[in-house]
This record gives sequence, structure tokens and C-alpha cells, in this order.
Amino acid sequence: MRVEEIVEDVAARLLRLAVVKLPSDVKRAIERAYREEENPLGKAQLQAIIENIRLAEELERPICQDTGLITFYVRAGADFRGLDRVELSLKRAVKKATRQIPLRPNAVNPFTQQNSGNNVGRLLPYVKWDIVPGEHLEITAFPKGGGSENTCTLAMLSPSVGVEGLKRFVVESVLKAGGMPCPPTIIGVGIGGGADISMDLAKAALLRPLNKPNPDPWIADLEHQLYREINALGIGPMGLGGKFTTLAVKVSYAYRHPASYPVAVAFQCWAARRASARIHMDGSVEYLTHKVEEA
Amino acid sequence: MNRTLRLKTPLSEMEIRRLKVGDIVYLSGIIVTARDAAHKRMLDLVEAGKPLPINLRGFPIYHCGPLVRMEDGRWIVLAAGPTTSMRMEPLESVAIEKLGVRMVIGKGGMGKKTADAMARFGSVYGAFTGGAAILAARHVTRVVDVKWLDLGVPEALWVLEVKGFGPLIIAIDSHGNNLFGEVNERAWERYRFALQESGEA
Ligand code: SF4
Repeated sequence: MRVEEIVEDVAARLLRLAVVKLPSDVKRAIERAYREEENPLGKAQLQAIIENIRLAEELERPICQDTGLITFYVRAGADFRGLDRVELSLKRAVKKATRQIPLRPNAVNPFTQQNSGNNVGRLLPYVKWDIVPGEHLEITAFPKGGGSENTCTLAMLSPSVGVEGLKRFVVESVLKAGGMPCPPTIIGVGIGGGADISMDLAKAALLRPLNKPNPDPWIADLEHQLYREINALGIGPMGLGGKFTTLAVKVSYAYRHPASYPVAVAFQCWAARRASARIHMDGSVEYLTHKVEEA
Repeated sequence: MNRTLRLKTPLSEMEIRRLKVGDIVYLSGIIVTARDAAHKRMLDLVEAGKPLPINLRGFPIYHCGPLVRMEDGRWIVLAAGPTTSMRMEPLESVAIEKLGVRMVIGKGGMGKKTADAMARFGSVYGAFTGGAAILAARHVTRVVDVKWLDLGVPEALWVLEVKGFGPLIIAIDSHGNNLFGEVNERAWERYRFALQESGEA
């Protein structure tokens, strides 16, 4: 197979894996929440979620009918050949996956309100590039639902409010979101840079495995504080009450301008779908988030 | 504290009045899906004094645009998760008053207008787990009928026979209680209290 065929094939498989099967770290976090939830209503929600996850895998159907807006995160080895054709292959993969799985057509022209019918449209699927050393190509499919996207927030805080101020903004964003993003959620927080950079960081933070604490102990502590404060609110699964409003809080930061203090909060619903694979120059493929029998 | 009840449709006013927020309900019988466009058309008919193609008296409306497939001339429901109910807020009170809808099922809860109509006319809101689309489809035993397919598959009125459909958490009852509102208020109180404790506010 040629490189572009391999990329198309792998990306279409990743979309299927993502929408049908949650990564094991997310499943484990939901199961733990179920065991530890004390509110009977919250517990009933988590039980329904777990049952739904099991049925999706068994019947090979999308976990949620909103199969989201599709972003691909691509970590491109500088020596991987054929990078100029990757975006075209990703578009093809999305069309194919939309037809075959099927995915819900979710790409709409913002002016005419017309749905393209195949999840492809201007700048969609969205592709985020990262250049890294090496000869491989790492692709992450990240289809994200509308319910949790609609509660994302961004604030250009005054630097004087400090860390306490940024924590307040995050917690208040969760309060305002309530049950809308289908909690228990994963919350990505991006701090610093400019407005665009902080939201980029918040979104990318949602890709991090839930069970791995931040390598920076100071940030890991901030994540833990936010996690505790958010789950103390009692919003609970689906906003019906309980101690699991969030499964994990992930923080990323960049240095900021002296005069600005951007903070972005990205919400991800319990159906936290993502799947990654690495393609090597010899055509071999490693699946990183999911077990795949025949690749 | 939280009661679990199994109910059959059509629902009587007495059965509905007995429900309290926090009750967990599993439904069997007939439910009818309706989203934005179907609500609009229903209410246009009500205003014009014309009959609906289906009698909703005593039955639940489900805020859902199902994913369906035709197999051997029969409709099969593949996914049927709830959609955000708040979009139907301006119209639902009329459906409760004029059409006798006894239960509204969806996600995220509804506002004061709907809650008031529920208290006056005897209806409740049942929250179904957001995203649990396959679980919902699993409890659909048969597509009994479909009307208004001209609105498109998700917007049509799907008359579904269900068995043990749930868990539905009663989040608005017919006595003026609204669980989403209560949870939210308490969350803000806890937050303000925590701020005071840390000397922030
Ligand atoms: S927020 Fe997530 S789980 Fe909820 S309906 Fe949307 S995609 Fe599905």
C-alpha cells in the first residue's frame, strides 16, 4: 500500500475505534466513579453509562448518537515521507467512516446552515500539526460532541487575580455548565499565552491519559485541588446530584504577556472518545490507545 | 429514600401526582418522540383547532431524534438517546395543557414555564442519561408507527413500544419541585461557603 492509502485506512479505523470503544483509562475512571458514588441518582446514571458502553462494544455501534466534530492531532516525524498528502487522506477517511460506521453528519455551513452530509467541509476535519523528530506519523482521532463543546469558556483575566482568581473562573465555569456537558466530565484547563493558545492547550489537555498525573508536581497539585473543589459542588452525574461531576482535571500552561492572564476551560463529556496510532515508514502500524487484533 | 417504580402507559393523573423528584422510573408501553420541528407543528395544529395524527393523552413525549434503519420493510431503532430538552421550553407547556401529555422525557431538565404547567395539569419530567443512546434503543421493542416523516427522520413523530425504559429520574414533579434547579442552587451555595471559609469573598 502507498503511504496515503495507509494513512486513510488507519484514520478510518481510528474513527471507528474512537466512537465505538472508550479508551481503557476513561472506562476505568467511570467504573471507579460508579463504585464510589454515594448518591443513588448519580449512581443510577453511571450504571446506565457503563451498560451503554458495554452494549456499544458488543454491538459495534457508536457509544453516543452525537459522533461529534472531528479533529485529528498529528505528530509528524520530520523524516516521514508523504506529509503533504496526509490531510487529503484524512478527509477521505472521514468520508469513508461517515458512510461505513456510520457517523452522524455534523458539518454545517454556518451561513446557509446546509449540512455537507459527510462530515467534511471548510477546515473540517480540523488537523493540528506537531513536528517531532523521527520517521513515524502519529495520528489521534478526536471526535467531540456538541453538548460538551457548548459549555467551553475563555476569560482574559486581570493578572492581579492570580492563581486563586483562575481557580474561581474554572469552578464557576463548571457551575454554569451544570448537567449540560453530560457529566462526569473531563476538564482541560489552559493557562497563559494568548486567547488562542490557552484554548489550544485546554483542548490538547483532554488527550492526556486520565490515570497519569502531571509530571510537574506543582501543576499536579493544582489539578488535584481543582478536582476536589469541583467534585465538592455536588452537581454529580448528569447534573442530578452526586460526588462525581468530573473524572479528571488536566492543566497545561504557557508563559503569558505581562498584561494578560488568559484562562480557557474545555469540557469533555463522559463519552471521551479518542484513538491513536503510529505509522512507521515501513508501513507497519502500532495502535496506542486501543487493542486491535488484526491491524 | 429514592423509590424505584415500574409504570405502564397510558399514565393516569393519579399515578403522576404520586411521583416525587428523585423517584427512579422504568416505563413500559407506548412513548412518542418529538423534537423541535414536531413540537412546532403540533402546536400549529392545536392553535388551528385541528386534530393530531396521534392521541397523546396520558402518554410521554420523548425529546429524541432516533437513528433508525429499515430492515425487511420494518423500522429498527439503532440509537435513541435524549436531546437537550431546554430547546422545547417555549412550547412544552402548551403540549401539557392542550394535549394531555403526562410525562416529558429528555436530558438537562426544563424551565419554569414547563414546571408550572406540570404542577397545574399533572405531568412530570423524566431525565434519561445523556449519551446512553444504545441503552435506550435496547429498551425499544417495536416501532408501532411513524408520522410526519416529511420533517426528516430525526424530527418525525416515532411511536415506540418500550419495555423497562429507564432509568428515568423524575427531575420535575407535579408539586413544583425541580431537581436540576435544587442541585444547582446547592452547588452555588457550597461554592460561596467555600470561598468565605478561605477568606476570599
Ligand atoms: S455531550 Fe457527549 S455524551 Fe452527551 S450527548 Fe453530547 S456527545 Fe453524547
